[in-house]
Amino acid sequence: MNAVKLFAWLTLLFPLAGCIAVGLVGRKLPGRGAGYLGTGALLLSFLSAIGTLVKLQGQDEHHRQIVAVAWDYAHTTGLDAQLALLVDPLSVFMILVVSGVSTLIHVYSISYLDSDRGYVRFFAYLNFFVFSMLTLILAANFVLLIVGWAFVGAASYMLISFWYRRGTATRAGIKAFVINVLGDVGLVLGTFFIFRHTHTLDFLSTFAHAKEAFKPGDADLTAGCILLLVGAFAKSAQIPLHTWLPDAMEGPTPVSALIHAATMVTAGVYLIARMHPLFELAPSAADVGAVIGCVTLLVAGTIAIAVTDLKRVIAYSTMSQIGYMIMGVSSGAYAAGLFHLMTHAFFKALLFMAAGSVIAAMAGQQNLDKMGGFRKSMPFTFGCMVIGGLALAGIPPFSGFFSKDEILLMIGDRGGWHWGLYVAGYVGALLTGVYTFRMIFRAFLGEPVPEALELEAGHLHHAEVHTNPADGEVEDTDVGFPGADHHIAEREPSMKLAMGTLALLAVVGGFLQIPKVTHVLDSFLAPTFADSKFYERDPTGGLIAFGLVLGAAVGLAGIGIAYLIWVKNPQIAASAQRRLAPLHTLFVNKWYFDEIIDLLVVRPAQWFGAWAQQTFERVVVNGLLVGGTTGVVRAGSSAVRAAQTGFLRYYTLLIVVGTVVVTFYFLMNS
Amino acid sequence: MDIGWFLAVSALIFVIGVSGVLTRRSPLVILLCLELMLNAANLALIAFSRMHGNHDGQIFAIIVMVVAACEVTVGLGVIVAMHRRRLPIDVDELQELQG
Repeated sequence: MNAVKLFAWLTLLFPLAGCIAVGLVGRKLPGRGAGYLGTGALLLSFLSAIGTLVKLQGQDEHHRQIVAVAWDYAHTTGLDAQLALLVDPLSVFMILVVSGVSTLIHVYSISYLDSDRGYVRFFAYLNFFVFSMLTLILAANFVLLIVGWAFVGAASYMLISFWYRRGTATRAGIKAFVINVLGDVGLVLGTFFIFRHTHTLDFLSTFAHAKEAFKPGDADLTAGCILLLVGAFAKSAQIPLHTWLPDAMEGPTPVSALIHAATMVTAGVYLIARMHPLFELAPSAADVGAVIGCVTLLVAGTIAIAVTDLKRVIAYSTMSQIGYMIMGVSSGAYAAGLFHLMTHAFFKALLFMAAGSVIAAMAGQQNLDKMGGFRKSMPFTFGCMVIGGLALAGIPPFSGFFSKDEILLMIGDRGGWHWGLYVAGYVGALLTGVYTFRMIFRAFLGEPVPEALELEAGHLHHAEVHTNPADGEVEDTDVGFPGADHHIAEREPSMKLAMGTLALLAVVGGFLQIPKVTHVLDSFLAPTFADSKFYERDPTGGLIAFGLVLGAAVGLAGIGIAYLIWVKNPQIAASAQRRLAPLHTLFVNKWYFDEIIDLLVVRPAQWFGAWAQQTFERVVVNGLLVGGTTGVVRAGSSAVRAAQTGFLRYYTLLIVVGTVVVTFYFLMNS
Repeated sequence: MDIGWFLAVSALIFVIGVSGVLTRRSPLVILLCLELMLNAANLALIAFSRMHGNHDGQIFAIIVMVVAACEVTVGLGVIVAMHRRRLPIDVDELQELQG
């Protein structure tokens, strides 16, 4: 086995080993031992990922797609299911982002979750999640991809419902799981559509055969790709399968940072990028992805302006940013979409961590209406939040500026109706600036709230009665709640370390891809996308300059609007809310997506279930099938019973008569 | 002598056995009639053996006798056991074994 394969396997296996080790011996370790153990496993995984990168770069440029097969599950004519990893620039890029950001979030969690009774369980789950995510990324065939896809959904369910005594958390977990399973079904069905024609499950041979197996615009391929998109939309929280993501904020904040911002929700983007040869043969499916991404980024942006829950603002922002990525990779801007995936992982994880710190200072309270004035008491958190916010809003020279503009640049370069997406993208950028800085201004500026004053006096606020912030219910303080103590970044070196590193990355991450200056990612990812007709495009200098200036201006304008409304002139917000009441109601109620889905899917399903139980099961199943079977058996056995009289001579007579009849039959026939 | 005579005697003995089994109610007599049937078969086997001029039929007859001896042993044992338990020695009375 050569070094690339070895390092790839190690990257995958360290989190699994960590999960098992933490699960088995975590309870016996003193203090924060389980946290250090889990983090150590992740650090080793990250180092292995770096090893994979180094060894892969050592290969010849045309041999940078390496398949590492451990064994065959099945290998017969027309079926080739293997336990195999595909190591290529795309998967190495993804494992670096996932394992790197995960390591930092583990570091953060070591102290953030310190007083939680489920500390050990948390790290076991977190390591399991990273293992699942790496399986998904490194899979070399559809089978392993589906396995990783489902594992990730299960890990997400366990972590959302982590505080299992909270009814809101368990409901949110179930919702996320059900919608994710819907996506799994889409992925599996889509795989069948493609497998039918290519007769192989392996990615590289699928892509190699796709050109002969499918004509451009083939109906089966389009159906398959749209079903793959269903999987991607469910995982990446795109309309209409997005409603689970805001609810998933019921999980602990590090979970929101890791799963619901930086890694899992970007799986859809990865899927489309991985399947790009298929999507390029099915342009109408790719267009569906681009349009849905565009709609999602606008809708999520408008909701983020209206919601008052700190974590939900960031969650809707995540949806919106993933909308950009989906729109990008569906329009052929692969490197740009993945670039944004990386920078987004940095600054969004940072924002969530900072939000976690603020929430801890508020003793679990997440409502923006009750926050304010934390700037003085939490200078480090404030700094991190502003850096993350500037990167998110796309202000130069922060990382989000370059990545977002590159997506829009590549989309604009496609021309035609893509100009509509281009314009929508900049409208979304304006919304991004507004909602990000609305959140920051409301939490950190203005009059300090009592909790902030208490912190300034050197004491961290603790609630007298612990309540669930979502519904105000008094918590069961035994298990399944965040713990009596809170941890803020200002007092915990490990949280500071994680946030500081991410803040640095959020600032410098964009320099990998400055238009016309650096193109690190472009050239690194080139071997994966060598077969793409969209990859090697060279937009004109004028478009680049226009985009950069427009992006910066739009971002600054968004911040300016937010400053005007929420800092300078707070009554504007109230009067605007009154004047635009219908619009505000629409946004606060999240465009009524939950209600629409309830009406269109949940209610009919419940009605159908009730009908099936009361009518179908009673009449058809119980009456016809069960009753019919028992009736037939009972009638048959009573007929047979009648022959069993118990009289010996009667039996003898039957035997004699039988023998005679048989004898005569053969005599006649002979 | 013609083989037909042997077979006629064999068939006669067999029918006597069958009618005994069918008409009598005492298990002892039924057992005797069973023996008659078996020996009718033996007679036919030996007659055919003589006709063909080899010994296969005779070996069959000896095996049948061994089986018959075993069967009688078991049958008589069952009858003795019935008698000891003061069960009626009548096959029509013993009819619990039914569906």
